Amino acid sequence: MMAFFDTDIGFVILTLLKSLALIVPLLIGVAYLTYAERKVMGAIQLRKGPNVVGPFGLAQPFADALKMMFKETIIPAGSDRILFMMAPMITFGLAVVAWAVIPVNDHWAIANINVGILYLLAISSLGVYGIIIAGWASNSKYAFLGALRSAAQMVSYEVSMGFVIVTVLICVGSLNLNDIVMAQRHVWFAIPLFPMFVIFFISGLAETNRAPFDLAEGETEIVAGFFVEYSAMSFALFFLGEYANMILISATTTILFLGGWLSPIPLAPFTWVPGVVWFLLKLFACLFTFIWVRATFPRYRYDQLMALGWKVFLPLSLGYLVLVAGVLEVFGWLPNA
Amino acid sequence: MDQILPSVSKTIEIDSHTINFGPQHPAAHGVLRLILEMDGEVVTRADPHIGLLHRGTEKLIEYKSYMQAVPYFDRLDYVSPLACEYAFALATEKLLGITAPERAQWIRVIFAELTRVLNHLLSLASFALDCGALTPGLWGYEEREKLLEFHEAASGARFHANYFRPGGVAKDLPAGMEAELTAWCGEFPKFIDKLETLLTGNRIWKQRVVDIGVISAKDALAWGFSGPNLRACGVAWDLRRAQPYDKYAEVEFDIPVGLRGDCYDRYLVRIAEMRESVKIVSQALTKIQPGPVKVQDPKFTPPKRAEMKHSMEALIHHFKLYTEGYHVPAGATYTVVEAPKGEFGVYLVADGTNRPYRCKIRSTGFSHLQTLDKLSRGHMLADVVAIIGSLDFVFGEIDR
Repeated sequence: MMAFFDTDIGFVILTLLKSLALIVPLLIGVAYLTYAERKVMGAIQLRKGPNVVGPFGLAQPFADALKMMFKETIIPAGSDRILFMMAPMITFGLAVVAWAVIPVNDHWAIANINVGILYLLAISSLGVYGIIIAGWASNSKYAFLGALRSAAQMVSYEVSMGFVIVTVLICVGSLNLNDIVMAQRHVWFAIPLFPMFVIFFISGLAETNRAPFDLAEGETEIVAGFFVEYSAMSFALFFLGEYANMILISATTTILFLGGWLSPIPLAPFTWVPGVVWFLLKLFACLFTFIWVRATFPRYRYDQLMALGWKVFLPLSLGYLVLVAGVLEVFGWLPNA
Repeated sequence: MDQILPSVSKTIEIDSHTINFGPQHPAAHGVLRLILEMDGEVVTRADPHIGLLHRGTEKLIEYKSYMQAVPYFDRLDYVSPLACEYAFALATEKLLGITAPERAQWIRVIFAELTRVLNHLLSLASFALDCGALTPGLWGYEEREKLLEFHEAASGARFHANYFRPGGVAKDLPAGMEAELTAWCGEFPKFIDKLETLLTGNRIWKQRVVDIGVISAKDALAWGFSGPNLRACGVAWDLRRAQPYDKYAEVEFDIPVGLRGDCYDRYLVRIAEMRESVKIVSQALTKIQPGPVKVQDPKFTPPKRAEMKHSMEALIHHFKLYTEGYHVPAGATYTVVEAPKGEFGVYLVADGTNRPYRCKIRSTGFSHLQTLDKLSRGHMLADVVAIIGSLDFVFGEIDR
């Protein structure tokens, strides 16, 4: 059997199976993330959240999915039909594709490539295209404003995110995500690089267009922003994309700063727990914070968001990068040196 | 003389786009249609259009007896219905030359203040929601629900209470309600503290509202501001203090004022006013005595049902009141109350019949709305939303 998987066809089949094994739990995760968000926000806001469909409302995500599927996809008369339909596909596709390099346990990744982090950065940068195309193709002013906001926002936060990642990389000496996790065997990067951890998480909120940086949607300002004209499955794809991106950013945070699948205490009873469990627990903690932040903070204004990105995060991350590099150089702690 | 002017070629660059903000918009507070001329994200002109909720209330009232007119007032400012009823009840009482009994006056003070809290809760909740803070909105609703239960217990209706009548209130408070209200007075300030932890010191919130939509005290007066919006500019003008009606002269309360007249001050003034309202309610609860709640005159107050069974006169009074209503002597009055949103006035002209000859309503929001262009010029789109939220509009009363 193993010999079969070494052949070309076998390799393709194996990769497909692996992808399936990742995508199916991912989509279910996305579905239940929407459920978790509604439940957690419900608890914060003194209400119950979904509790009608199924026990504790557990079937709610599927009811929502069914509803979305059976609704009519409305394509506005003035829109660019092809681009209009392409945009949600791009958004959703990119959100799923990025998962190829995420290791959920030691060497458990579809592609354990040595430029994993660059791949992630590239894919998340491409994500803005879905939004811009959606805003442009809708031929609506609200959508256009949303797209403009989103483009500016994602570009500016990617810069500081890039510096944060570089800081981590010079501590690791590798672009491979597996190596990045293994480099945190002794101490999670969240501790020595705490400011960078915070910047990364906040930039992650901005990158995924989540509150308090959900300007691209800006419910009360530009109605729903870039996807105001979308309905049914085309809307659902944006929605799924947004939540898949949330999980992705949480996974990246876990890998870069929270020691991935490593147990928090490297001692016997904790190391018996499979790495996947630790990984998922850390992921949940990040996602919970995403939701918690959304329920707590008001929304930033467009110019304030820009000011925060360029005037606060960029100098801070650049300064910390230089500091870390200096410290590593002076004490001779540079890896592979 | 024959100066030849140099030929000037002037290029005017028109690079603005208009946005049709509303009437169906999440932050339009009902049916505000706002035409925004934008330069990118910056608003260069805001043109509010009103009238989408016009129901001809004033005209309808002219065709109804005085008692039938009261429910229309509930539907003006539907966030604080009792304050609107209050103005009409006082105006009619003034024309009739009657005064409500002591207990009725206290009940009206209590419920007017509860309405103020109801209004400010919704106003702040939707203000925060407009700025993207989701939770204060839901918390506010939770507290409003408790107050609406008081409404329901007293009047039988949650929103459109039809409770303050010319000559008193519809019926007495149910048994045990005073104790419940006292308990609420103890609990509610804690809720305000909790609400404030979410917003008052929140840096994002302050970035969003401080120095946004600033209006000076002079301008505010010139534009006809009143209520919390005026007090946020530093003018300590409150009709409950300036020309007390009912029992307001007998309660002690402070008038919170702002300093800068921006959205943040308007927010803080409303928070402080809720605390003052609780003070007024608890004072009223200690001073209220048992007694009648309607003016003791069969010409204005329907008789008791039991009385009608054996008294011919009572039966006639009942019949006359519910078919014809009472006749109001000719005269005119402009009566104002300090509604939660500001000065709410009723200009009532009576011609001696059982129906008002004219009933002009001075809505609070109209004069606030007219400054929207002045306040939002040069601000960004997101600020317009904050300004709308902070000025606290309800289109039921603006469009009437």
